[in-house]
Amino acid sequence: MIQASVLDIKEIRTQFPILQEEVNGKRLVYFDNAATTQKPNAVLKALEEYYHHKNANIHRGIHTLAEKATTAFEETRKRVKSFINATEAEEIIFTKGTTESINLVASSYGRKFLKAGDEVIISTMEHHSNIVPWQMICEEKGAILKVIPVNDNGELLLEEYENLLSEKTRIVSVVYASNSLGTINPVKTIIKKAHEYSAVVLLDGAQATAHLDIDVQDLDADFYALSAHKMYGPTGVGVLYGKRDLLEKMPPYQGGGEMIKDVSFEKTTYNDIPYKFEAGTPNIADVVGFKYAMDFVDEIGKPNIHAHEMAVYDYAVEKMEEIPGFQPVGIALKKVSVLSFLIDGIHPFDIGQMLDARGVAVRTGHHCTQPLMDRYGIEGTARASFSIYNTKDEVDVMVDALKRIINFIK
Amino acid sequence: MATTEAQDQIIEEFAILDGDQEMMNFYIVELGQKMELLGEEYMIDDNLVKGCQSKVWLKSELTGDKVKYLADSNTAITKGLVSLLIRVFSGQTPEDIISTEIYFPEKIGMSRFIGTQRSNGFLAMIKQMKLEAIAYRVVLENQN
Repeated sequence: MIQASVLDIKEIRTQFPILQEEVNGKRLVYFDNAATTQKPNAVLKALEEYYHHKNANIHRGIHTLAEKATTAFEETRKRVKSFINATEAEEIIFTKGTTESINLVASSYGRKFLKAGDEVIISTMEHHSNIVPWQMICEEKGAILKVIPVNDNGELLLEEYENLLSEKTRIVSVVYASNSLGTINPVKTIIKKAHEYSAVVLLDGAQATAHLDIDVQDLDADFYALSAHKMYGPTGVGVLYGKRDLLEKMPPYQGGGEMIKDVSFEKTTYNDIPYKFEAGTPNIADVVGFKYAMDFVDEIGKPNIHAHEMAVYDYAVEKMEEIPGFQPVGIALKKVSVLSFLIDGIHPFDIGQMLDARGVAVRTGHHCTQPLMDRYGIEGTARASFSIYNTKDEVDVMVDALKRIINFIK
Repeated sequence: MATTEAQDQIIEEFAILDGDQEMMNFYIVELGQKMELLGEEYMIDDNLVKGCQSKVWLKSELTGDKVKYLADSNTAITKGLVSLLIRVFSGQTPEDIISTEIYFPEKIGMSRFIGTQRSNGFLAMIKQMKLEAIAYRVVLENQN
Protein backbone atom coordinates (compact mmCIF):
# COMPACT_ATOMS: atom_id res chain seq x y z
CA MET A 1 0.00 0.00 0.00
CA ILE A 2 1.27 3.46 -0.87
CA GLN A 3 1.07 6.59 1.28
CA ALA A 4 -1.96 8.86 0.76
CA SER A 5 0.31 11.89 0.60
CA VAL A 6 2.08 10.53 -2.45
CA LEU A 7 -1.01 9.33 -4.32
CA ASP A 8 -0.54 10.26 -7.94
CA ILE A 9 -4.10 10.88 -9.07
CA LYS A 10 -2.92 11.90 -12.52
CA GLU A 11 -1.29 8.52 -12.95
CA ILE A 12 -4.35 6.74 -11.54
CA ARG A 13 -6.53 8.59 -14.06
CA THR A 14 -4.42 7.24 -16.92
CA GLN A 15 -5.52 3.76 -15.88
CA PHE A 16 -9.13 4.65 -16.73
CA PRO A 17 -9.40 5.12 -20.50
CA ILE A 18 -13.03 6.29 -20.34
CA LEU A 19 -11.96 9.45 -18.49
CA GLN A 20 -10.53 10.67 -21.80
CA GLU A 21 -14.01 10.72 -23.33
CA GLU A 22 -15.66 13.93 -24.35
CA VAL A 23 -19.32 14.47 -23.58
CA ASN A 24 -21.17 17.15 -25.52
CA GLY A 25 -17.84 18.54 -26.65
CA LYS A 26 -16.58 18.86 -23.07
CA ARG A 27 -14.16 16.74 -21.09
CA LEU A 28 -16.11 14.11 -19.15
CA VAL A 29 -16.43 14.80 -15.43
CA TYR A 30 -17.76 11.57 -14.00
CA PHE A 31 -19.48 12.11 -10.65
CA ASP A 32 -21.89 9.17 -10.79
CA ASN A 33 -19.66 6.73 -8.99
CA ALA A 34 -22.24 5.65 -6.44
CA ALA A 35 -24.24 4.25 -9.36
CA THR A 36 -21.24 2.53 -10.90
CA THR A 37 -17.52 3.25 -11.00
CA GLN A 38 -15.40 3.26 -14.13
CA LYS A 39 -13.07 0.34 -14.80
CA PRO A 40 -9.26 0.42 -14.81
CA ASN A 41 -7.16 -1.06 -17.61
CA ALA A 42 -6.23 -4.07 -15.49
CA VAL A 43 -9.89 -5.13 -15.34
CA LEU A 44 -10.50 -4.43 -19.02
CA LYS A 45 -7.40 -6.39 -19.97
CA ALA A 46 -8.41 -9.31 -17.76
CA LEU A 47 -11.76 -9.56 -19.55
CA GLU A 48 -10.08 -9.57 -22.94
CA GLU A 49 -7.42 -11.98 -21.78
CA TYR A 50 -10.06 -14.35 -20.44
CA TYR A 51 -11.96 -14.54 -23.73
CA HIS A 52 -8.75 -14.70 -25.76
CA HIS A 53 -7.01 -17.40 -23.79
CA LYS A 54 -9.13 -19.08 -21.11
CA ASN A 55 -12.77 -19.20 -22.08
CA ALA A 56 -14.50 -22.49 -21.22
CA ASN A 57 -17.28 -23.56 -18.93
CA ILE A 58 -16.05 -24.12 -15.42
CA HIS A 59 -15.91 -26.94 -12.85
CA ARG A 60 -16.91 -30.02 -14.84
CA GLY A 61 -14.51 -29.97 -17.77
CA ILE A 62 -11.33 -32.03 -17.82
CA HIS A 63 -9.71 -30.24 -20.71
CA THR A 64 -7.02 -27.60 -20.28
CA LEU A 65 -9.16 -24.54 -21.01
CA ALA A 66 -11.83 -25.66 -18.54
CA GLU A 67 -9.07 -26.05 -15.97
CA LYS A 68 -7.71 -22.58 -16.69
CA ALA A 69 -11.15 -20.99 -16.53
CA THR A 70 -12.02 -22.81 -13.31
CA THR A 71 -8.74 -21.81 -11.68
CA ALA A 72 -9.20 -18.15 -12.63
CA PHE A 73 -12.80 -18.18 -11.39
CA GLU A 74 -11.88 -19.80 -8.07
CA GLU A 75 -8.93 -17.43 -7.68
CA THR A 76 -11.43 -14.58 -7.46
CA ARG A 77 -13.35 -16.42 -4.77
CA LYS A 78 -10.18 -16.70 -2.70
CA ARG A 79 -9.43 -13.05 -3.41
CA VAL A 80 -12.87 -11.99 -2.14
CA LYS A 81 -12.31 -14.10 0.97
CA SER A 82 -9.17 -12.13 1.83
CA PHE A 83 -10.69 -8.83 0.65
CA ILE A 84 -13.50 -8.99 3.23
CA ASN A 85 -11.64 -11.32 5.61
CA ALA A 86 -14.07 -14.21 5.51
CA THR A 87 -13.00 -17.35 7.36
CA GLU A 88 -13.08 -19.57 4.28
CA ALA A 89 -13.54 -19.25 0.53
CA GLU A 90 -16.62 -21.52 0.65
CA GLU A 91 -18.48 -18.72 2.40
CA ILE A 92 -18.22 -16.60 -0.76
CA ILE A 93 -21.13 -17.05 -3.17
CA PHE A 94 -21.14 -15.32 -6.53
CA THR A 95 -24.36 -13.64 -7.54
CA LYS A 96 -25.15 -11.05 -10.17
CA GLY A 97 -25.10 -8.20 -7.68
CA THR A 98 -26.10 -6.94 -4.26
CA THR A 99 -29.77 -7.12 -5.21
CA GLU A 100 -29.56 -10.81 -5.98
CA SER A 101 -27.50 -11.45 -2.85
CA ILE A 102 -30.21 -9.91 -0.68
CA ASN A 103 -32.95 -11.73 -2.57
CA LEU A 104 -31.08 -14.97 -2.03
CA VAL A 105 -31.06 -14.51 1.74
CA ALA A 106 -34.67 -13.31 1.88
CA SER A 107 -35.88 -16.21 -0.27
CA SER A 108 -33.77 -18.96 1.20
CA TYR A 109 -33.10 -18.04 4.82
CA GLY A 110 -36.30 -16.03 5.11
CA ARG A 111 -38.51 -18.72 3.66
CA LYS A 112 -37.06 -21.39 5.93
CA PHE A 113 -36.78 -19.51 9.20
CA LEU A 114 -39.46 -16.81 9.22
CA LYS A 115 -42.89 -17.60 10.56
CA ALA A 116 -46.06 -15.62 11.23
CA GLY A 117 -45.53 -12.89 13.81
CA ASP A 118 -41.73 -12.83 13.43
CA GLU A 119 -40.11 -9.48 12.79
CA VAL A 120 -37.57 -8.24 10.27
CA ILE A 121 -35.87 -4.89 10.88
CA ILE A 122 -34.59 -2.64 8.11
CA SER A 123 -33.97 1.12 8.11
CA THR A 124 -35.49 4.19 6.49
CA MET A 125 -32.39 4.75 4.37
CA GLU A 126 -32.46 1.38 2.61
CA HIS A 127 -32.20 1.03 -1.13
CA HIS A 128 -35.33 -0.53 -2.64
CA SER A 129 -33.31 -3.72 -3.06
CA ASN A 130 -33.08 -4.00 0.72
CA ILE A 131 -36.78 -3.23 1.22
CA VAL A 132 -38.78 -5.07 -1.42
CA PRO A 133 -37.30 -8.59 -0.94
CA TRP A 134 -38.16 -8.34 2.77
CA GLN A 135 -41.65 -7.03 2.07
CA MET A 136 -42.21 -9.97 -0.28
CA ILE A 137 -41.06 -12.63 2.16
CA CYS A 138 -42.80 -10.97 5.12
CA GLU A 139 -46.05 -10.92 3.20
CA GLU A 140 -45.63 -14.57 2.28
CA LYS A 141 -44.84 -15.70 5.82
CA GLY A 142 -47.03 -13.28 7.78
CA ALA A 143 -43.95 -11.69 9.31
CA ILE A 144 -43.74 -8.00 10.19
CA LEU A 145 -41.35 -5.45 8.75
CA LYS A 146 -40.07 -2.81 11.20
CA VAL A 147 -38.17 0.28 10.18
CA ILE A 148 -35.41 2.15 12.04
CA PRO A 149 -36.02 5.91 11.67
CA VAL A 150 -33.39 8.50 10.73
CA ASN A 151 -32.74 12.00 12.06
CA ASP A 152 -32.59 15.19 9.98
CA ASN A 153 -28.84 14.79 9.42
CA GLY A 154 -29.33 11.36 7.92
CA GLU A 155 -28.21 9.23 10.85
CA LEU A 156 -30.01 6.18 12.20
CA LEU A 157 -31.70 6.61 15.56
CA LEU A 158 -30.02 3.85 17.50
CA GLU A 159 -32.25 4.18 20.55
CA GLU A 160 -35.25 3.60 18.33
CA TYR A 161 -33.49 0.58 16.89
CA GLU A 162 -32.99 -0.86 20.34
CA ASN A 163 -36.68 -0.33 21.05
CA LEU A 164 -37.59 -2.25 17.89
CA LEU A 165 -35.44 -5.24 18.82
CA SER A 166 -37.22 -8.03 20.66
CA GLU A 167 -37.46 -11.78 20.98
CA LYS A 168 -39.53 -11.67 17.80
CA THR A 169 -36.70 -10.16 15.74
CA ARG A 170 -35.32 -12.78 13.36
CA ILE A 171 -33.45 -10.73 10.78
CA VAL A 172 -31.90 -7.26 10.71
CA SER A 173 -30.90 -6.03 7.26
CA VAL A 174 -29.27 -2.62 7.01
CA VAL A 175 -27.09 -0.65 4.68
CA TYR A 176 -23.46 -0.10 5.69
CA ALA A 177 -23.11 3.18 3.74
CA SER A 178 -26.15 4.93 2.27
CA ASN A 179 -26.20 5.44 -1.49
CA SER A 180 -28.40 8.54 -1.19
CA LEU A 181 -26.90 10.25 1.84
CA GLY A 182 -23.43 8.79 2.17
CA THR A 183 -24.01 8.03 5.86
CA ILE A 184 -21.77 5.33 7.32
CA ASN A 185 -23.91 3.42 9.78
CA PRO A 186 -22.55 2.04 13.07
CA VAL A 187 -23.02 -1.49 11.84
CA LYS A 188 -20.82 -3.16 14.42
CA THR A 189 -23.08 -1.87 17.17
CA ILE A 190 -26.18 -2.77 15.18
CA ILE A 191 -24.92 -6.33 14.77
CA LYS A 192 -23.96 -6.68 18.43
CA LYS A 193 -27.41 -5.54 19.57
CA ALA A 194 -29.17 -7.86 17.12
CA HIS A 195 -27.11 -10.82 18.28
CA GLU A 196 -28.24 -10.21 21.85
CA TYR A 197 -31.67 -11.26 20.55
CA SER A 198 -30.24 -14.09 18.41
CA ALA A 199 -31.28 -12.30 15.23
CA VAL A 200 -29.09 -12.63 12.14
CA VAL A 201 -27.79 -9.52 10.41
CA LEU A 202 -27.31 -8.85 6.72
CA LEU A 203 -25.23 -5.85 5.68
CA ASP A 204 -25.84 -4.22 2.33
CA GLY A 205 -22.26 -3.35 1.44
CA ALA A 206 -22.94 -2.10 -2.10
CA GLN A 207 -21.67 1.41 -1.34
CA ALA A 208 -19.33 0.78 1.57
CA THR A 209 -17.07 -1.85 0.07
CA ALA A 210 -15.27 0.49 -2.34
CA HIS A 211 -14.39 2.96 0.41
CA LEU A 212 -14.02 1.17 3.74
CA ASP A 213 -11.90 -1.73 4.96
CA ILE A 214 -14.29 -4.64 5.34
CA ASP A 215 -13.69 -7.34 7.91
CA VAL A 216 -16.77 -9.53 8.18
CA GLN A 217 -15.27 -11.45 11.10
CA ASP A 218 -14.52 -8.34 13.09
CA LEU A 219 -17.99 -6.98 12.30
CA ASP A 220 -19.44 -10.40 13.12
CA ALA A 221 -21.78 -9.97 10.14
CA ASP A 222 -23.91 -13.01 9.37
CA PHE A 223 -24.40 -12.01 5.74
CA TYR A 224 -22.64 -9.38 3.65
CA ALA A 225 -23.72 -8.37 0.15
CA LEU A 226 -21.67 -6.42 -2.37
CA SER A 227 -21.49 -5.55 -6.06
CA ALA A 228 -18.29 -5.66 -8.11
CA HIS A 229 -19.30 -2.83 -10.43
CA LYS A 230 -19.41 -0.27 -7.64
CA MET A 231 -15.76 -0.97 -6.83
CA TYR A 232 -14.06 -0.77 -10.25
CA GLY A 233 -15.10 -4.30 -11.25
CA PRO A 234 -17.37 -5.51 -14.05
CA THR A 235 -21.15 -5.27 -13.98
CA GLY A 236 -23.18 -8.40 -13.38
CA VAL A 237 -21.07 -9.75 -10.51
CA GLY A 238 -21.97 -9.63 -6.87
CA VAL A 239 -21.07 -11.50 -3.75
CA LEU A 240 -23.01 -12.92 -0.90
CA TYR A 241 -20.87 -13.72 2.10
CA GLY A 242 -22.55 -15.88 4.70
CA LYS A 243 -21.28 -17.68 7.78
CA ARG A 244 -20.80 -21.36 6.97
CA ASP A 245 -23.25 -22.69 9.55
CA LEU A 246 -25.99 -20.40 8.26
CA LEU A 247 -25.36 -21.17 4.59
CA GLU A 248 -25.38 -24.89 5.33
CA LYS A 249 -28.77 -24.64 7.02
CA MET A 250 -30.29 -22.74 4.09
CA PRO A 251 -32.10 -24.45 1.20
CA PRO A 252 -30.94 -23.71 -2.36
CA TYR A 253 -32.16 -20.49 -3.94
CA GLN A 254 -32.42 -21.76 -7.51
CA GLY A 255 -32.31 -25.23 -8.98
CA GLY A 256 -30.24 -26.31 -11.96
CA GLY A 257 -26.80 -27.49 -12.91
CA GLU A 258 -23.79 -27.05 -10.61
CA MET A 259 -25.89 -26.87 -7.43
CA ILE A 260 -26.54 -30.63 -7.26
CA LYS A 261 -24.69 -33.72 -6.08
CA ASP A 262 -26.96 -36.32 -7.65
CA VAL A 263 -30.13 -35.99 -9.63
CA SER A 264 -32.74 -38.66 -10.18
CA PHE A 265 -36.45 -38.30 -10.74
CA GLU A 266 -37.03 -39.70 -7.28
CA LYS A 267 -34.64 -37.54 -5.32
CA THR A 268 -32.01 -34.89 -5.87
CA THR A 269 -29.24 -34.20 -3.40
CA TYR A 270 -27.61 -30.81 -3.28
CA ASN A 271 -24.02 -29.79 -3.63
CA ASP A 272 -22.00 -28.27 -0.79
CA ILE A 273 -21.58 -24.54 -0.31
CA PRO A 274 -20.84 -22.37 -2.19
CA TYR A 275 -21.98 -24.36 -5.26
CA LYS A 276 -25.37 -25.13 -3.71
CA PHE A 277 -26.21 -21.46 -4.34
CA GLU A 278 -24.61 -21.12 -7.77
CA ALA A 279 -27.04 -22.85 -10.13
CA GLY A 280 -26.24 -22.60 -13.81
CA THR A 281 -23.23 -21.23 -15.63
CA PRO A 282 -22.09 -18.15 -13.75
CA ASN A 283 -20.78 -14.89 -15.18
CA ILE A 284 -17.31 -16.38 -15.46
CA ALA A 285 -15.43 -13.68 -17.36
CA ASP A 286 -16.66 -10.87 -15.14
CA VAL A 287 -15.93 -12.83 -11.97
CA VAL A 288 -12.40 -13.36 -13.29
CA GLY A 289 -12.10 -9.62 -14.04
CA PHE A 290 -13.34 -8.73 -10.56
CA LYS A 291 -10.13 -10.03 -8.99
CA TYR A 292 -8.18 -7.30 -10.76
CA ALA A 293 -10.52 -4.65 -9.38
CA MET A 294 -9.75 -5.84 -5.85
CA ASP A 295 -6.03 -5.83 -6.66
CA PHE A 296 -6.38 -2.27 -7.94
CA VAL A 297 -8.13 -1.18 -4.73
CA ASP A 298 -5.66 -2.89 -2.42
CA GLU A 299 -2.67 -1.54 -4.27
CA ILE A 300 -3.80 2.00 -3.50
CA GLY A 301 -5.25 1.02 -0.13
CA LYS A 302 -8.77 1.77 1.03
CA PRO A 303 -7.75 4.26 3.73
CA ASN A 304 -5.94 6.21 1.00
CA ILE A 305 -8.91 5.96 -1.35
CA HIS A 306 -11.31 7.10 1.35
CA ALA A 307 -9.02 9.96 2.41
CA HIS A 308 -8.68 11.22 -1.17
CA GLU A 309 -12.39 10.94 -1.90
CA MET A 310 -13.30 12.77 1.30
CA ALA A 311 -10.82 15.54 0.48
CA VAL A 312 -12.64 16.00 -2.84
CA TYR A 313 -15.98 15.78 -1.04
CA ASP A 314 -15.01 18.37 1.58
CA TYR A 315 -13.76 20.68 -1.14
CA ALA A 316 -17.03 20.22 -3.05
CA VAL A 317 -19.14 21.06 0.01
CA GLU A 318 -17.02 24.15 0.64
CA LYS A 319 -17.34 25.35 -2.97
CA MET A 320 -21.02 24.56 -3.18
CA GLU A 321 -21.66 26.79 -0.17
CA GLU A 322 -20.93 29.65 -2.58
CA ILE A 323 -23.99 28.69 -4.58
CA PRO A 324 -27.13 30.53 -3.50
CA GLY A 325 -29.85 28.11 -2.36
CA PHE A 326 -27.47 25.14 -2.02
CA GLN A 327 -28.82 22.61 0.42
CA PRO A 328 -26.96 19.38 1.17
CA VAL A 329 -29.14 16.36 1.94
CA GLY A 330 -27.39 14.05 4.40
CA ILE A 331 -24.84 15.64 6.70
CA ALA A 332 -24.01 12.73 8.97
CA LEU A 333 -20.78 12.90 10.93
CA LYS A 334 -19.40 9.77 9.32
CA LYS A 335 -19.78 9.66 5.57
CA VAL A 336 -18.51 8.24 2.33
CA SER A 337 -18.05 10.62 -0.59
CA VAL A 338 -21.68 11.05 -1.63
CA LEU A 339 -22.95 14.61 -1.96
CA SER A 340 -26.72 14.71 -2.37
CA PHE A 341 -28.05 18.21 -2.78
CA LEU A 342 -30.87 20.51 -3.74
CA ILE A 343 -30.75 24.03 -5.09
CA ASP A 344 -33.69 26.23 -4.21
CA GLY A 345 -36.00 26.78 -7.12
CA ILE A 346 -34.31 24.38 -9.53
CA HIS A 347 -35.56 20.84 -9.97
CA PRO A 348 -32.86 18.14 -9.71
CA PHE A 349 -33.75 16.88 -13.20
CA ASP A 350 -32.94 20.29 -14.63
CA ILE A 351 -29.66 20.35 -12.72
CA GLY A 352 -28.71 16.92 -14.07
CA GLN A 353 -29.71 17.75 -17.62
CA MET A 354 -27.89 21.04 -17.65
CA LEU A 355 -24.74 19.69 -16.00
CA ASP A 356 -24.64 17.01 -18.68
CA ALA A 357 -24.45 19.74 -21.31
CA ARG A 358 -21.16 20.76 -19.64
CA GLY A 359 -19.91 17.16 -19.59
CA VAL A 360 -20.66 16.61 -15.89
CA ALA A 361 -22.37 13.32 -15.04
CA VAL A 362 -24.41 13.34 -11.81
CA ARG A 363 -27.44 11.30 -10.87
CA THR A 364 -30.84 12.80 -10.19
CA GLY A 365 -34.01 11.40 -8.71
CA HIS A 366 -34.88 9.28 -5.71
CA HIS A 367 -31.83 7.01 -6.05
CA CYS A 368 -34.05 3.96 -5.42
CA THR A 369 -34.71 5.18 -1.89
CA GLN A 370 -38.25 6.55 -2.15
CA PRO A 371 -39.16 6.03 1.55
CA LEU A 372 -36.07 8.04 2.49
CA MET A 373 -37.05 10.87 0.13
CA ASP A 374 -40.54 10.79 1.68
CA ARG A 375 -38.91 11.11 5.13
CA TYR A 376 -37.34 14.38 4.01
CA GLY A 377 -40.45 15.48 2.12
CA ILE A 378 -38.63 15.67 -1.20
CA GLU A 379 -39.04 13.92 -4.56
CA GLY A 380 -35.36 13.44 -5.10
CA THR A 381 -31.96 15.09 -5.15
CA ALA A 382 -29.05 15.69 -7.45
CA ARG A 383 -26.16 13.52 -6.35
CA ALA A 384 -22.46 13.88 -7.02
CA SER A 385 -20.44 10.92 -5.78
CA PHE A 386 -16.66 10.95 -5.88
CA SER A 387 -14.14 8.24 -6.58
CA ILE A 388 -10.36 7.81 -6.46
CA TYR A 389 -9.91 9.35 -9.94
CA ASN A 390 -11.88 12.54 -9.25
CA THR A 391 -10.14 15.84 -8.62
CA LYS A 392 -10.80 19.24 -7.12
CA ASP A 393 -10.45 20.70 -10.62
CA GLU A 394 -13.42 18.62 -11.67
CA VAL A 395 -15.40 19.96 -8.73
CA ASP A 396 -14.61 23.46 -10.01
CA VAL A 397 -16.06 22.50 -13.41
CA MET A 398 -19.29 21.36 -11.73
CA VAL A 399 -19.55 24.41 -9.48
CA ASP A 400 -18.93 26.79 -12.39
CA ALA A 401 -21.57 24.98 -14.44
CA LEU A 402 -24.04 25.21 -11.54
CA LYS A 403 -23.40 28.94 -11.23
CA ARG A 404 -24.13 29.39 -14.95
CA ILE A 405 -27.37 27.44 -14.56
CA ILE A 406 -28.47 29.53 -11.61
CA ASN A 407 -27.63 32.78 -13.33
CA PHE A 408 -29.68 31.67 -16.26
CA ILE A 409 -32.71 30.26 -14.51
CA LYS A 410 -33.10 32.78 -11.69
CA MET B 1 -50.57 28.27 -38.83
CA ALA B 2 -50.53 24.67 -39.97
CA THR B 3 -48.89 22.07 -37.74
CA THR B 4 -46.09 21.54 -40.28
CA GLU B 5 -45.40 25.25 -40.46
CA ALA B 6 -45.06 25.44 -36.66
CA GLN B 7 -42.71 22.49 -36.66
CA ASP B 8 -40.57 23.93 -39.45
CA GLN B 9 -40.33 27.18 -37.53
CA ILE B 10 -39.10 25.34 -34.44
CA ILE B 11 -36.49 23.52 -36.53
CA GLU B 12 -35.31 26.83 -37.95
CA GLU B 13 -35.01 28.43 -34.51
CA PHE B 14 -32.98 25.57 -33.14
CA ALA B 15 -30.71 25.48 -36.20
CA ILE B 16 -29.30 28.85 -35.09
CA LEU B 17 -28.04 27.21 -31.86
CA ASP B 18 -25.83 24.96 -33.97
CA GLY B 19 -26.16 21.89 -31.78
CA ASP B 20 -24.75 23.56 -28.65
CA GLN B 21 -26.33 21.48 -25.90
CA GLU B 22 -26.19 24.12 -23.23
CA MET B 23 -27.69 26.79 -25.48
CA MET B 24 -30.45 24.39 -26.47
CA ASN B 25 -31.22 23.67 -22.83
CA PHE B 26 -31.30 27.36 -21.99
CA TYR B 27 -33.47 28.14 -25.02
CA ILE B 28 -35.94 25.41 -24.08
CA VAL B 29 -36.09 26.73 -20.51
CA GLU B 30 -36.71 30.21 -21.86
CA LEU B 31 -39.58 28.97 -24.03
CA GLY B 32 -41.09 27.33 -20.96
CA GLN B 33 -40.79 30.54 -18.98
CA LYS B 34 -42.72 32.41 -21.67
CA MET B 35 -45.48 29.81 -21.98
CA GLU B 36 -49.01 30.60 -20.88
CA LEU B 37 -49.38 28.42 -17.80
CA LEU B 38 -52.16 26.29 -16.53
CA GLY B 39 -53.76 27.77 -13.42
CA GLU B 40 -52.63 26.27 -10.13
CA GLU B 41 -56.12 24.91 -9.50
CA TYR B 42 -55.63 22.56 -12.46
CA MET B 43 -52.32 21.17 -11.22
CA ILE B 44 -54.03 18.11 -9.80
CA ASP B 45 -53.30 14.42 -10.17
CA ASP B 46 -56.15 13.95 -12.67
CA ASN B 47 -54.32 16.24 -15.10
CA LEU B 48 -50.93 14.57 -14.76
CA VAL B 49 -49.51 13.04 -17.93
CA LYS B 50 -48.76 9.40 -17.22
CA GLY B 51 -45.34 8.15 -18.25
CA CYS B 52 -43.35 11.31 -17.59
CA GLN B 53 -40.57 11.15 -15.03
CA SER B 54 -41.07 14.76 -14.07
CA LYS B 55 -44.56 16.05 -13.39
CA VAL B 56 -46.47 17.46 -16.32
CA TRP B 57 -50.00 18.75 -15.93
CA LEU B 58 -51.99 19.12 -19.12
CA LYS B 59 -55.45 20.51 -19.76
CA SER B 60 -57.34 21.19 -22.93
CA GLU B 61 -60.55 22.85 -24.02
CA LEU B 62 -62.55 23.01 -27.21
CA THR B 63 -63.46 26.47 -28.51
CA GLY B 64 -65.54 26.27 -31.67
CA ASP B 65 -63.80 23.53 -33.61
CA LYS B 66 -60.31 24.29 -32.26
CA VAL B 67 -58.48 22.69 -29.33
CA LYS B 68 -56.52 24.80 -26.86
CA TYR B 69 -53.91 23.20 -24.62
CA LEU B 70 -52.42 24.57 -21.42
CA ALA B 71 -49.71 22.88 -19.39
CA ASP B 72 -47.21 23.25 -16.59
CA SER B 73 -44.39 21.15 -15.20
CA ASN B 74 -42.28 20.99 -12.06
CA THR B 75 -39.09 21.01 -14.11
CA ALA B 76 -37.95 23.90 -16.28
CA ILE B 77 -36.76 21.85 -19.24
CA THR B 78 -39.91 19.75 -19.41
CA LYS B 79 -41.97 22.92 -19.27
CA GLY B 80 -40.10 24.13 -22.34
CA LEU B 81 -40.57 20.81 -24.11
CA VAL B 82 -44.31 20.79 -23.58
CA SER B 83 -44.45 24.41 -24.77
CA LEU B 84 -43.05 23.24 -28.12
CA LEU B 85 -45.84 20.71 -28.49
CA ILE B 86 -48.42 23.29 -27.54
CA ARG B 87 -47.04 25.55 -30.25
CA VAL B 88 -47.67 22.80 -32.76
CA PHE B 89 -51.03 21.51 -31.53
CA SER B 90 -52.83 24.37 -29.82
CA GLY B 91 -55.37 26.17 -31.99
CA GLN B 92 -55.72 23.26 -34.42
CA THR B 93 -58.79 21.16 -35.13
CA PRO B 94 -58.99 17.71 -33.53
CA GLU B 95 -58.65 16.16 -36.99
CA ASP B 96 -55.43 18.07 -37.71
CA ILE B 97 -53.98 17.18 -34.31
CA ILE B 98 -54.75 13.51 -34.74
CA SER B 99 -53.24 13.35 -38.22
CA THR B 100 -50.13 15.39 -37.40
CA GLU B 101 -46.88 13.51 -37.43
CA ILE B 102 -44.41 15.06 -34.99
CA TYR B 103 -41.02 15.23 -36.71
CA PHE B 104 -39.33 18.27 -35.20
CA PRO B 105 -37.65 16.55 -32.17
CA GLU B 106 -35.45 14.41 -34.38
CA LYS B 107 -34.59 17.33 -36.67
CA ILE B 108 -33.41 19.47 -33.77
CA GLY B 109 -31.41 16.58 -32.31
CA MET B 110 -33.71 16.37 -29.34
CA SER B 111 -33.84 12.61 -28.96
CA ARG B 112 -30.07 12.78 -28.52
CA PHE B 113 -29.91 15.39 -25.82
CA ILE B 114 -33.11 14.81 -23.93
CA GLY B 115 -32.18 11.26 -23.00
CA THR B 116 -34.25 8.14 -23.15
CA GLN B 117 -36.32 8.73 -20.05
CA ARG B 118 -37.26 12.23 -21.13
CA SER B 119 -37.90 11.08 -24.71
CA ASN B 120 -40.38 8.54 -23.43
CA GLY B 121 -42.04 11.23 -21.37
CA PHE B 122 -42.16 13.37 -24.49
CA LEU B 123 -43.97 10.59 -26.36
CA ALA B 124 -46.37 10.31 -23.44
CA MET B 125 -47.18 14.02 -23.78
CA ILE B 126 -47.87 13.65 -27.52
CA LYS B 127 -50.05 10.61 -26.85
CA GLN B 128 -52.05 12.43 -24.19
CA MET B 129 -52.61 15.47 -26.42
CA LYS B 130 -53.78 13.26 -29.28
CA LEU B 131 -56.07 11.27 -27.00
CA GLU B 132 -57.77 14.45 -25.92
CA ALA B 133 -58.13 15.50 -29.57
CA ILE B 134 -59.82 12.15 -30.32
CA ALA B 135 -62.32 12.84 -27.54
CA TYR B 136 -63.07 16.28 -29.00
CA ARG B 137 -63.54 14.80 -32.46
CA VAL B 138 -66.28 12.63 -31.01
CA VAL B 139 -67.85 15.70 -29.39
CA LEU B 140 -67.81 17.55 -32.70
CA GLU B 141 -69.21 14.55 -34.60
CA ASN B 142 -72.09 14.34 -32.14
CA GLN B 143 -72.81 18.04 -32.60
CA ASN B 144 -73.12 17.68 -36.39
